[in-house]
Amino acid sequence: MFLQQLFNGVMLGSTYALIAISFTLLMGVLNMLNFAIGEVFMLGAIFGLTFVKLGLSLYLAFFLAIICTGCACLVIERFSFRPLRHAPPLVPLLSTIGFSILFQNTAENLWGSERSQFPQWMEPIDFHVGPLLIPSTQLIIFAAAVFLMVGLDLFIQRTRIGRGMRAVAENIETASILGVDSNLIISTTFLVSGALAGASGILFGLSFSIVSPFMGMEPGIKGIAAMIVGGMGNIRGAIVGGLMIGIIEVLSVGYLGAPAKDFAVYGALFLALVIRPQGILGMIHPERERI
Amino acid sequence: MSGKPMLTLTGVSKNFGGLLAVNNLSLNVHKEHICGLIGPNGAGKTTVFNLITGVYPCTKGSILSEEVDLTRLKPYHITRLGLARTFQTIRLFKNMTTWEHVMVGQGFRPRSDTRGIFPFSRTRERNLRDEAKEILVLLGLWEVRYRKASILPYGIQRKVEIARALALRPKLLLLDEPTAGLNIQETNELLKTLNKIHELGITILIIEHDMRVIMELCDHIFVLNFGQKIAEGTPGQIRVNEQVIEAYLGREE
Amino acid sequence: MSVYHLDLLSALGINILLALSVYSPMATGQLSLGNAGFMAIGAYVSAILTVHLHLPLFPSLVTGGVIAGIFGILVGFPALRLRGVFLAMATLGFGEIVRNFFMNFLGRVTGAAYGFRGIGDTPISILWIWSWVIFFLIFFFFLSRSRLGLTMLATHDDDTVSELIGINIVRLKIGAFGLGAFVAGVAGGLHAHYYLYTEPEFFNVWKSIHMVLFVIMGGMLTFWGGVFGAGVFTLLPEFLRFLHDWRGAFFGVMIIGIMIARPYGLLTREILQFDFWLPGQRKRRL
Repeated sequence: MFLQQLFNGVMLGSTYALIAISFTLLMGVLNMLNFAIGEVFMLGAIFGLTFVKLGLSLYLAFFLAIICTGCACLVIERFSFRPLRHAPPLVPLLSTIGFSILFQNTAENLWGSERSQFPQWMEPIDFHVGPLLIPSTQLIIFAAAVFLMVGLDLFIQRTRIGRGMRAVAENIETASILGVDSNLIISTTFLVSGALAGASGILFGLSFSIVSPFMGMEPGIKGIAAMIVGGMGNIRGAIVGGLMIGIIEVLSVGYLGAPAKDFAVYGALFLALVIRPQGILGMIHPERERI
Repeated sequence: MSGKPMLTLTGVSKNFGGLLAVNNLSLNVHKEHICGLIGPNGAGKTTVFNLITGVYPCTKGSILSEEVDLTRLKPYHITRLGLARTFQTIRLFKNMTTWEHVMVGQGFRPRSDTRGIFPFSRTRERNLRDEAKEILVLLGLWEVRYRKASILPYGIQRKVEIARALALRPKLLLLDEPTAGLNIQETNELLKTLNKIHELGITILIIEHDMRVIMELCDHIFVLNFGQKIAEGTPGQIRVNEQVIEAYLGREE
Repeated sequence: MSVYHLDLLSALGINILLALSVYSPMATGQLSLGNAGFMAIGAYVSAILTVHLHLPLFPSLVTGGVIAGIFGILVGFPALRLRGVFLAMATLGFGEIVRNFFMNFLGRVTGAAYGFRGIGDTPISILWIWSWVIFFLIFFFFLSRSRLGLTMLATHDDDTVSELIGINIVRLKIGAFGLGAFVAGVAGGLHAHYYLYTEPEFFNVWKSIHMVLFVIMGGMLTFWGGVFGAGVFTLLPEFLRFLHDWRGAFFGVMIIGIMIARPYGLLTREILQFDFWLPGQRKRRL
């Protein structure tokens, strides 16, 4: 029983991890919290479902959808980041809250507020591994999430653009002096962040059979919590954080009942903030003042 | 020039997780002196100020001011005991006017209570405002008192910072590189102002790189290098001290 | 005056109080995204007192506010160690925990997720709401003109330096949190007794976000900003009825636009050109 819960938690956590990575990419490279990622997550699922309903295969719909969400993030970059480079730090955050409201309201009006779901996309086979029940659908979704995370990690470590992102994360002026095209890096970061969030949305929608304009709010907040718990600006931290939040959520519902879910998740966030604000894998000491 | 010391550091050390920024430092600043704290970049001078004002706790040692132990006190407490400071990089309040900088310094001086929503005592309020005017006039800031401080020229901003510190009616004024970024004219003006402040009976401890200012102003100088005191004495003594020259210019191989 | 107008004015009054509740911590540099939680505490406490203990309205409102204020002070302590995003998330978490609490516990007294009905027989008069509004407006007016208000501004601008000029930022920041929570609690109580109904879902993250938006958009540096923002966000939707369901999208775009055009909000200290300072000081010239 416990093992099964743990497994379910990991499954859930993998989608949270993807969202947390979306947040942490922007946080680490550009020091910006993009509140609208939760809604971009939702848009991914909505676009995906729309494309499927238009007759496209699931795989094609997936790729098209994440391109669309990547572009949505580019729009955010254009209006919430670029003109606000020199504004006080809270302002870009609030601007993204504006996008959040805009996206949610638009989705509600264009797609209706009822929940729908993805049509069945494969014959579900249930694997039994020891005491665990593993539906094949879950396995494929998990594999997709892992594939994306590994792919991103390789991208950051091995490609020129990835190195550029790490350079900009360190110090944007120095990076420019060293010949890094910071505008390209910024746009790429937003694009990747949006694509990942959209992908996470589709995987979540497939996993839990919900697609609705309101599905992004909670995962968005949990993604931010996961990012903080794991360590901001740190991709591996985001993965760890996401998995932890997923496991905590599932375990708390399983053993303490549904009401305990939010207490457990936010309680963990509180504890993380009070005991170790830089997160599990974070190494920056929070806000060391230089006098 | 004897009498009780205004500030006494005894065996003060500060360790930042392996980096020994201040190493076993002891010094005495006498009342109504102007003392200088000099040394090459990175010698730990600003760290010493931070230790004195309670921004960082000392790893070892003690700091006393007029027999009061400052070592474990919080910054606002130390300030209320009569120590005020300025900063290496000017740190003004970006939304306030010059006048307001002086006002905010006054609000919590020694012997002042912490109420302040309703100015019940018109007399006290008038006295405070008169004092504020004195400070502003002393520093030549009267004309710009209503201007938002963040848009004033650099030299004037430095003066606003000093005005804010003076508003606290300190007994000891700690100045961190007050002439940094000033041209010769502004530096001369500042020298005159600091002398005027000194005449008011305030003890001054000043970190500086401008040797002319140090030599002309100070009664006593402490020299730091790598967190340790390598010399101290009158300007005349320090000028010819071999270790000091070596610290600044490097050894001749 | 029609019921419609009365409802609008009541909503405006409550929103002004909520804006002030966010302004208080923000004036010392702390962003609180969890004031809906304090509002909830005030609403439920005061409702329980009037409905189950049959206490008169005024003491119930005040008690609701005080208990909310106490929670504000409790939250204020760990808040001291957090800044910016971290603080915002911690307060958001707090708000959600409060909402969850009322959703799942005390069901027999408050109806939990099903909502608390029958808070009184008749809605309170709108004068109740607006007397509190006037009271707090006067309070914040004097506060902003006082030396205490100036030290709050100093703490907001640079709290490290503020500590070094003798300001006890611990007391100030925690006090500001508590004050904001008190105002939110009173607003919650008034809301519950005007609409005669309340439910946990009402005090969600969006509610907290809206309150913050009033202040940020209206103007962060003066309490009039929040008042103005509350006015805009309460009254503007009425003029935009022709947009029907697209009003949300409109507000989203409006927020994005205002942040680009005026990052500090619509009202700033300069615009107001008020004699913000103690009586006797001449008007500022810039």
